[in-house]
Amino acid sequence: MNLDFSPVWQGWPYLMQGALVTIEVTSSALLLSVSLGLLIGIGRLNPKRRVIYGLASAYVTFIRGTPLLVQLFLLYFGLPQFNIMLPAFVCGTLGLGIYSAAYVSEIVRGAIQSIDHGQVEAARSIGMSSRQAMRVIILPQAALRMIPPFGNEFIALIKNSALVSLLTISDLMHEAQIIISTSYRSLEVYLAVAFIYLILTNAAGFALRLIERRMKAGGILQ
Amino acid sequence: MTSAMTSTTAPIIDIRNLSKSFGETEVLRDVSLSVRPSEVVVIIGPSGSGKSTLLRCCNALEVPQKGAITVCETELVRDGVVLPEKQLNALRTQVGMVFQSFNLFPHLSVLHNVTVGPRMLSGQSRDEAEARAMELLEKVGLANKATAHPAQLSGGQKQRVAIARALAMKPRVMLFDEPTSALDPELVGEVLGVMKTLAEEGMTMLIVTHEMSFARDVADRVLVMDGEIIEEGPPSEIFLSPQHARTQNFLKSVLTRS
Repeated sequence: MNLDFSPVWQGWPYLMQGALVTIEVTSSALLLSVSLGLLIGIGRLNPKRRVIYGLASAYVTFIRGTPLLVQLFLLYFGLPQFNIMLPAFVCGTLGLGIYSAAYVSEIVRGAIQSIDHGQVEAARSIGMSSRQAMRVIILPQAALRMIPPFGNEFIALIKNSALVSLLTISDLMHEAQIIISTSYRSLEVYLAVAFIYLILTNAAGFALRLIERRMKAGGILQ
Repeated sequence: MTSAMTSTTAPIIDIRNLSKSFGETEVLRDVSLSVRPSEVVVIIGPSGSGKSTLLRCCNALEVPQKGAITVCETELVRDGVVLPEKQLNALRTQVGMVFQSFNLFPHLSVLHNVTVGPRMLSGQSRDEAEARAMELLEKVGLANKATAHPAQLSGGQKQRVAIARALAMKPRVMLFDEPTSALDPELVGEVLGVMKTLAEEGMTMLIVTHEMSFARDVADRVLVMDGEIIEEGPPSEIFLSPQHARTQNFLKSVLTRS
């Protein structure tokens, strides 16, 4: 077995550029995922609000039940049939964000429902509206419980972002494939790429643990 | 003790023919009860007798299917229909509630637990609310814990903060739902002491408790419940010469235990 990493070193600047694009796609998708996931998660709290609950549940069912790759292709290759032609970067970000939001919404819903019902009762008994109780009493406590599962989701998002290379976005994976297409050094280049993903995912995990510690120090105990 | 400070003699809480079931189980049967200003009414009875449910109906945490409740001259609920959301929230500010499991907000400091209501709902400034909160914490003997978090307090201390939190809204009536049942025995006294002071100051109180000696000392009226009100009267009558067999049995089982 002879390993030759020289294509990796030669292509390093491109790999770094690709990693930057991966970070850009992932962080934009993350922003979308968190805001959308929060709304959908809250929408699934109360089955009595039939329309909102039904829409939110349908969303989660559809998104979790179909492959991300299919969803990405629907956006990128499917929408143009309606004359909606979004740039590849937008499709990738949108697709990843929409996909991840379904999982984030379940994290949000689970965390909120794990807060003791006595908290809502106490808040309502001093006269808060349900919205005020949610914002001031429930969400801050739930937020802390969301962080560990949310870290997993963030890491999954980074890894899933490799799929956007198939929408011609020049992310880390895409750059790797270009290098391989001229050097034929698949093993070496994919090993290097795996290593770079590993660093990205661990950095993300570290950042979240830092946030968690901050929030705890900020007074949110338990 | 019952010298009413208000000129009106209208009851603060007026419950008429209340019935409530959870599914098939009927927990309240045709319960009627009035609590006058400055009156201290204690509800006793075996577990599962609907005491807590009755109390929780008084601020619509539970909704009774039949009957009506008027609180602070406002009709809270009639035949399963509750006051609209906005008025309900306004009415709840006048009704303080203390829970068995304290339900302090664990992410907020003791001081913030007490000020969060007044600042959000009574439009008090931060300084105003904090000054008032410190007075109340002083009153319950916890001024030195203002910056602590609930997790750092004992059960008795938590419950006293919970009382201060309820009082911060300047309620016209206080509901106590087994406030000492979750406490270690040696911590019960400090909470009952605070409640006794409140009663002496003329606060209107409706209390569900298993503390019989407290009921004897502080109550103006004692109600014995078991799905319905079996018996009611001044504590001397209820404890010394109970009329109903069910009351006698209940008191025997409770008093021999302690």
